[in-house]
Amino acid sequence: MSATVTSSQDLVASLTNVRFGYTPEQSVLDNITMRFPRGKVVAIMGGSGCGKTTILRLLGGEVHPNTGQVTVNDQSVPDLNKRALYAMRRKLGYLSQFGALFTDMSVYENVAFPLCEHTDLSESMIRDLVLMKLNAVGLRGAASLRTNELSGGMARRVALARAVALDPLLMLYDEPFTGLDPIALGVVGQLIRRLNDALRISSVLVTHDIYQSLKIVDYVYFVGQGRIIAEGTPDEIRNTSDPFVRQFINGEEDGPVPLHMKAPSLTQDFLARSAS
Amino acid sequence: MNMALNALRRLGNATLKTLVHLGFICRFFFAVLRHSPAAFFRFPLTMREIYFAGVLSLVIILVSGLFIGMVLALQGYDILSTYGASESLGVLVALAMLRELGPVVAALLFAGRAGSAITAEIGLMKTTEQLLAMEMMAVDPLARVAAPRFWGGVISMPLLAALFSTAAIFGAYLIAVQLIGMDNGAFWGNMQAAVDVRTDVMNSMVKSLVFGVIVTLTAVFEGFDTKPTAEGVSSATTRTVVHASLAILAADFIMTIFMFRGV
Ligand SMILES: Nc1ncnc2c1ncn2[C@@H]1O[C@H](COP(=O)(O)OP(=O)(O)OP(=O)(O)O)[C@@H](O)[C@H]1O
Ligand SMILES: [Mg+2]
Repeated sequence: MSATVTSSQDLVASLTNVRFGYTPEQSVLDNITMRFPRGKVVAIMGGSGCGKTTILRLLGGEVHPNTGQVTVNDQSVPDLNKRALYAMRRKLGYLSQFGALFTDMSVYENVAFPLCEHTDLSESMIRDLVLMKLNAVGLRGAASLRTNELSGGMARRVALARAVALDPLLMLYDEPFTGLDPIALGVVGQLIRRLNDALRISSVLVTHDIYQSLKIVDYVYFVGQGRIIAEGTPDEIRNTSDPFVRQFINGEEDGPVPLHMKAPSLTQDFLARSAS
Repeated sequence: MNMALNALRRLGNATLKTLVHLGFICRFFFAVLRHSPAAFFRFPLTMREIYFAGVLSLVIILVSGLFIGMVLALQGYDILSTYGASESLGVLVALAMLRELGPVVAALLFAGRAGSAITAEIGLMKTTEQLLAMEMMAVDPLARVAAPRFWGGVISMPLLAALFSTAAIFGAYLIAVQLIGMDNGAFWGNMQAAVDVRTDVMNSMVKSLVFGVIVTLTAVFEGFDTKPTAEGVSSATTRTVVHASLAILAADFIMTIFMFRGV
């Protein structure tokens, strides 16, 4: 089997020449083209604030591109009306960067929420499903806890269990590894891979954890300055000589990616302060 | 000349902003109404909000009602007895409570107790991306979060106002009959003779129903309109209490003109 399949019927989602900005003056994404084939786990990496979460929001139909196409399951997302958009989102699992567990519900109720809202399953069936999902993230014992009794990493794993509750077609993970200890991190990584292969869904994984993700993903996109700076399979990425990717892997401050946001020089800023 | 122009400009700007804001609230109101069937088909959701908005407000409503009734009786007896009309004390308290104080004060308390809680809760849900997560799960927050809270408040408000007035009349009874020693029969008899079910009790209900809509609509709207920061949540909560209270007083004035003209 070839490494990447790009014929259109095998794509679960794609972005084509997408340009997007939250304000008219400043664009966050300039020209992004990405393919998410069925059955693959694709990682999106890049510096903080480069627009990774924004890409997931575009896929979920939360924001619309200024130009370019966003398709999920062969439907153009920006053209969907509300009903069709909600129908599309039922096949979508979204893990928010902040977990976003419902604070007025217990852990059990959180995971049961999508099942209760979208299915007519019996109570005992829902119970079994919820416990199964919680078991998969190692938190069956926490089912009766309130969400404020969870640690950050536990909350993230519960959110993961909730996101996959409906066995979606496309999973969007926004930084699933933050706040996890090395054991939980490995478990969650394997879980993402297993889920993806068992259900033949596709997954989009936004992450900073390059070692963990290179172990489990099929393809990587590096985003920077609103464009795709580098892309490739994990092997290509490991052996690349691309200065951008090398900087990212080695975690150096100096390199093609600036750490600092665009600003006047430090001396200029200080002088301006003392002058006024 | 320039200053006058600037003042005019600011006035126009403020007016436009207020109109736009009102327009948003109206559209939001209709959106909530459109999603309301969900709140009734799944009544347990609304029931939960009736508990949070209504049942949990009971203590403050009952205690405040009792004390307002008691001070009203003390003051009323003092004044009425100088005209030899102390027999009418029951009438004074009952009419004052039913027509004005009951609905208005109960609604003001409700805005402070339940309205602020609703805004803070929804605002925090927005800040922590719970509303976004819900939308991504193809669940409309207007149907799941806004409509049950709206109807929970609208159903609670008239009941709370009725209990508030009842507690006040009971407080007046304690002072007038038990403390001062007025005739029990005169206190209740005169009250029954003077209170009209349609003009007084029904109008009281209508008023508190309108106030219920005002308070919960403001609270839910401000919650959804919150800027997603800690500061945003706190200022939205404040806005709920201030705007709802002012709107209650204005609406009460207008309704009183229509309801009790020439009674
Ligand atoms: N709601 C918003 N309104 C205006 N600008 C926004 C909004 N959300 C994000 N931005 C801007 O868009 C840019 C990209 O944001 P985004 O959240 O997609 O970054 P990210 O790659 O997910 O970063 P991180 O790794 O820190 O989560 C940032 O510069 C941010 O300032
Ligand atoms: Mg992000």
